[in-house]
Amino acid sequence: MSDKVKVTIDGITVEVAPGTSILNAARQIGGDIVPPAMCYYSKLEGSGGKCRTCIVKVSKGSEKDPRPMPKLVASCRTTVMDGMEVMNITSPEVIEARSGVVEMLLINHPLDCPVCDQAGECDLQNLGYEHGLQKTRYEFERRTFERIDIGDKIQLHMNRCILCYRCVFTADQITNKRVHGILNRGDHSEISTYIQTAVDNDFSGNMIDVCPVGALTDKTFRFRNRVWFTKPIDAHRDCPTCSGKVTLWYKGEDVLRVTARKDIYGEVEEFICNTCRFDKKKTADWVIEHPTVISDTSVIASNHYDTLKPLPVIQPNLKLQQANKVELEKTTKF
Amino acid sequence: MARKLLLEHINVPGINTLDVYREKGGYRAVEKALKTLTPDDVVEEVKKSGLRGRGGAGFPTGMKWSFLAKPEGVPRYLVCNADESEPGTFKDRYLMTHIPHALIEGMIVASFALGAKTSYIYVRGEMMPQIRILEKAIAEAKNAGFLGKNILGSGYDLELYVQPGGGAYICGEETALLESLEGKRGNPRIKPPFPAIAGLYGCPTVVNNVESIAAVVPIINDGGDEYAKLGIGRSTGTKLISASGNLVRPGVYEIELGLSVEEFIYSDEWCGGIANGKRLKATVAGGSSVPILPANLSLKLANGEPRLMSYESLSEGGFATGTMMGSGGFIAFDEDQCIVRNTWNFSRFYHHESCGQCSPCREGTGWMEKVLHRLEYGHGKMSDIDLLVDVAKKIEGNTICPLGDAAAWPVASAIRHFRDEFEWHVKEPIKSLDTNYGLANYAEPIAKAVTTEN
Repeated sequence: MSDKVKVTIDGITVEVAPGTSILNAARQIGGDIVPPAMCYYSKLEGSGGKCRTCIVKVSKGSEKDPRPMPKLVASCRTTVMDGMEVMNITSPEVIEARSGVVEMLLINHPLDCPVCDQAGECDLQNLGYEHGLQKTRYEFERRTFERIDIGDKIQLHMNRCILCYRCVFTADQITNKRVHGILNRGDHSEISTYIQTAVDNDFSGNMIDVCPVGALTDKTFRFRNRVWFTKPIDAHRDCPTCSGKVTLWYKGEDVLRVTARKDIYGEVEEFICNTCRFDKKKTADWVIEHPTVISDTSVIASNHYDTLKPLPVIQPNLKLQQANKVELEKTTKF
Repeated sequence: MARKLLLEHINVPGINTLDVYREKGGYRAVEKALKTLTPDDVVEEVKKSGLRGRGGAGFPTGMKWSFLAKPEGVPRYLVCNADESEPGTFKDRYLMTHIPHALIEGMIVASFALGAKTSYIYVRGEMMPQIRILEKAIAEAKNAGFLGKNILGSGYDLELYVQPGGGAYICGEETALLESLEGKRGNPRIKPPFPAIAGLYGCPTVVNNVESIAAVVPIINDGGDEYAKLGIGRSTGTKLISASGNLVRPGVYEIELGLSVEEFIYSDEWCGGIANGKRLKATVAGGSSVPILPANLSLKLANGEPRLMSYESLSEGGFATGTMMGSGGFIAFDEDQCIVRNTWNFSRFYHHESCGQCSPCREGTGWMEKVLHRLEYGHGKMSDIDLLVDVAKKIEGNTICPLGDAAAWPVASAIRHFRDEFEWHVKEPIKSLDTNYGLANYAEPIAKAVTTEN
């Protein structure tokens, strides 16, 4: 038996190691056929399967058992079989079901993107743009919760939460003691700490990074700026507790916030400690590497800070070049 | 008089004590299994009997047992699912209250067949009296040497525990039950792996309904072939039906599968007809999760043949004209019942019981409940009806566990069969608050058949 299995996703065949999930196989192919994932997080064991946005159709189970799977399956938790054929964006059924899931995710979401710190780097926002409806069909009051401060650095906006359980897994797996979890059930379930204990741990800040929406926000960055006005720069420092590899988000010359580095699927590469995240906000604390590579489709990239050339109208016109001097200089500063 | 297997001695005074139960032939199955049969023989007998899971899905029990992984050095568990909380189903509670030793005997035989040294009965939290009854019965059985070390000198050890649940409907889903039994939040697990491979504490586990386990006793006593002679087709044996609603004599009945629905409702041996001389409007055949059917389709198949109480006949016609056996919670509605209100009530239940883990069910059940509430209280719109169908479709099949399907089916089927009643609620918002739509045409094609039969 060969140690690789063949799987075909939307007509593209790829060979992957046995035990790989369909989602990860699709990520090996890359591009548009990668199902979106709101709750799955490759760095967190046991995550996934909950949000149902990554559902795909398995049109052929495997070489041995070619029957299709009866239901749409969560690609993040279904392992590939040899000869499996998967339909993602080529199946209208999947597209419809996924838009259904997106609609469900949004019906109780406050849609307060204009005042949400996550806007611009929010997975739900991106998903909503791609699969959502223009208009909601939900005509009832949305469920609401009080905002709570869990610890002095993190604020929890339960209204925005999509209950992906990522932060729970994070606390379980990278900190020594989890003090928060899910209370209640159904659509009134909420992430909370037991009788509002503070989440106080060296690595608790990572909960902010793994949160796909704006439910967990960095209190040191709240309302300071829109993320697309800030410019991400990769940097590192010698940190005794973590790898010290971070992204600094600059506005002008000030570091507004520090996050872990994220890959193209919005997952952090290495978890960072709270000292790096909350306390080291001076350029002098860091060794600057280079501007962070941001996907072209991200709203953060719309600033074109690393590729911005003077617009065609400006190029031949000296007067306009003078007028835009500050802006142009800013982009070449780093 | 129909043959009874489980409830044969139910009216004997003191049958809940070990002595009387022994007098009536109790624990014969344990003696037979442990002294004369091998575990594989027991599994084989259950396979031959064709017993199908009585908890709702109807999966063959023998097959389920044979799927159990048997790795060396890893314990195996049998867990009895007594978290019965489906609206309309109360058969397990009845069985546990009145004849607890039947369940314990079944547990011993089944554990022996599966090689489980520790077994659990997970009882719903609200059933405190039943938990005490079971614990007392277990103590009795232990004193008599049917539990503990070296049972009946066969060298087989078994410890049996009763675990009260917290009273959540979702903990009746087998993987959520296992999570809860492990002391965690009762969220269903993502399958695969199935419990037969990695269940309780990651060990191979079989989860069976109370009635399935109790049914093992007559199977071992009389042999699987004998059991398979009862019933019809692939629906073998007898089934406990919890009949409720507008019936003359609601209650728990043991029927031989294959009885016609009409006989079950109207015969004096069973439910004795619809109460107060009213007419039947609709039935829910297997507990709140299964599709609701109007009277005409409840009694007859689409092709005019009588519908029978069996797994196949009830699901004949798919979801367009059929329903499911489910857990046997038979609810009858007379002509004065409002289907919209009933659908809202079911929907409210699922909204309350959704675990909130996966998004379609968490958000969708609440949405359906709110729309149905609006329809019932006269604020509905015509477009709400199609909206409900659409939401139900988006939940169905897209969730981790079957609760999403169970929430979607009653709503989708109610609209499929009773759309004019929903429309009437929109058109006559004021009138619908204090009057009912009535029987309309829901019983029409078979109205004659009802009168000629009785």
